Amino acid sequence: MKIRQGLENYIFVLPAVTIFAVFYVIPFVWVFQLGLFEWDGISFTKTFVGLQNFKEILLQDRSWWQSMWNASYITLIALTFQNILAFMLAWACDREIKMKNFYRVIFFIPPVLSEVVVGMVWRFIINDIDGANIINHTLAGLGMPNLVHNWLSDPNTALTTVALVHCWKGFGWGFLIFLAGLQTIPRELYEAARVDGASAWQSFRKITIPLMIPIMILVAILTVLGTMQVFVLIVSLVGGEFAGHTSVPVLRILASMRGSSRFGYACAQGITFGIVLVAISFIQYRFSKKNQ
Amino acid sequence: MKNVLYYKSKKVVVNTLIHLFLISVAITCLYPLLWMIISSLKTQDMIFKDVSLIPHQFRLENYSRAWQEGGFGRNFLNSIIYTVSVVFGIVIISSMAAYAFSRLRFIGSKWLFIMFMAAMMIPIPGSFVALYVLLNKLHLRNTPIGYILCMINVGLSTSIFLLKTFFDKMPKELEDAARIDGCSKLGIWWHVALPLAKPVLAVVIVFNALTVWNEYILALIIFDNRQYMPLQVALQTFQGEFVTNYPLLMAGLTITALPIIIVYLLMQKYIVKGVTQGAIVG
Repeated sequence: MKIRQGLENYIFVLPAVTIFAVFYVIPFVWVFQLGLFEWDGISFTKTFVGLQNFKEILLQDRSWWQSMWNASYITLIALTFQNILAFMLAWACDREIKMKNFYRVIFFIPPVLSEVVVGMVWRFIINDIDGANIINHTLAGLGMPNLVHNWLSDPNTALTTVALVHCWKGFGWGFLIFLAGLQTIPRELYEAARVDGASAWQSFRKITIPLMIPIMILVAILTVLGTMQVFVLIVSLVGGEFAGHTSVPVLRILASMRGSSRFGYACAQGITFGIVLVAISFIQYRFSKKNQ
Repeated sequence: MKNVLYYKSKKVVVNTLIHLFLISVAITCLYPLLWMIISSLKTQDMIFKDVSLIPHQFRLENYSRAWQEGGFGRNFLNSIIYTVSVVFGIVIISSMAAYAFSRLRFIGSKWLFIMFMAAMMIPIPGSFVALYVLLNKLHLRNTPIGYILCMINVGLSTSIFLLKTFFDKMPKELEDAARIDGCSKLGIWWHVALPLAKPVLAVVIVFNALTVWNEYILALIIFDNRQYMPLQVALQTFQGEFVTNYPLLMAGLTITALPIIIVYLLMQKYIVKGVTQGAIVG
């Protein structure tokens, strides 16, 4: 009877565990296995090369490190510009203010759109140099017509443009999380500070900031993990790696797999990248523990 | 008296500045979307000449052209089918598992749960390479069912987490009552636990629907045939075919974006809840 009951309980988790084992665990193990082989993805024989793939990534693959640098650059802009903007907006909304709900609804529209849609619409707007691209109009109006050009087809500005569109799409996440965090701060604290004669700036610095640090770190981790893996936006915005100017790690992995048919190498790149991501979020996590 | 006036006017100025800031960001959010919709109503030769926000005439034929010539009808249907079946699968499978992790005792339950949670936190950026190989071996590549199963797996961990957190807090009395009435375990899950979990299920449904509708990379590597592709991947092909026909492309983008915006506006309460809860996960 007891055994029967035990088996009955397993029925509940069986579908989940089966799907998880087949579509998560097996690919997970295979990534590590394939990383040690040279394989074109079709032939029956794989050549065991040991850690050769990793050696090549670390020592010879300059385009890989270029893509890591590009992704870090976008991440840096997202960490600073995007998150500061999100925090300011959340702070502005965290008060008795009209149309609060309206702003909240609008700010989260970009995050719910797909990266394909966002990329293609912005590509259309930016490529339309004299029409929809209002920033160009503004630049011309301000007497800087020499700055008016197609930012996406200029190697010098393409990556920054990608980063800014990424921020446009992403700031709503940070905004919502920051706002939820700000709303958990008891109003009495601000009241007490005001009674004690603290200025708005002082209570912001001494109450808001310290209490928000855990949430800031959380948003930072989410930003890093999300931004480092960006690539769909780049495909739809720029059309691809743009001779390395806008290449990012995931695009490199995809290129190794589909372009040069090196499945083992693609997996090795995936592992290298995964380790970097886990390491970064671990450091940030430790940092947050220390602060608490 | 002067002091009160000073503070009042200061407050008005501050509030106005805050509104200006918020409104300018809100306009930046909406501008590309308005431009997308307006451009989809223009003709090809008007698109670069007529830069006014309101076109002189509305041309809805771009939509019927995208739908038929562009084959968007088919891809739209695909996206709907994938979204509905994946979300349905996730709701059933993850709620069963979450209920078991929360309420039932069996050997290894703790470890299985930890495994799901670990999967949620460890990113494996190259996993699509192995997934491609696996689906090839299983003869599931370039089939809708292969894509649906992969996508169910994508949403599983987070959904189990959200639902288990809910079940853990749920009072046990109702289930006890059902048990005394002779209800089986599956019966309790279906008749008692699931109806009570409606608010969390809404979050699970909305978030997974967003994920599936917007998914790109797996659909890209799994499907070769245009007839199976969901909208996001088909858009890319579409852009290649109608490379300079912007109104048509904008119509396609509007068709892709509009359902998600409507769902968002209707369900935004649950999305806000999901973001704040999901944030705690990380």
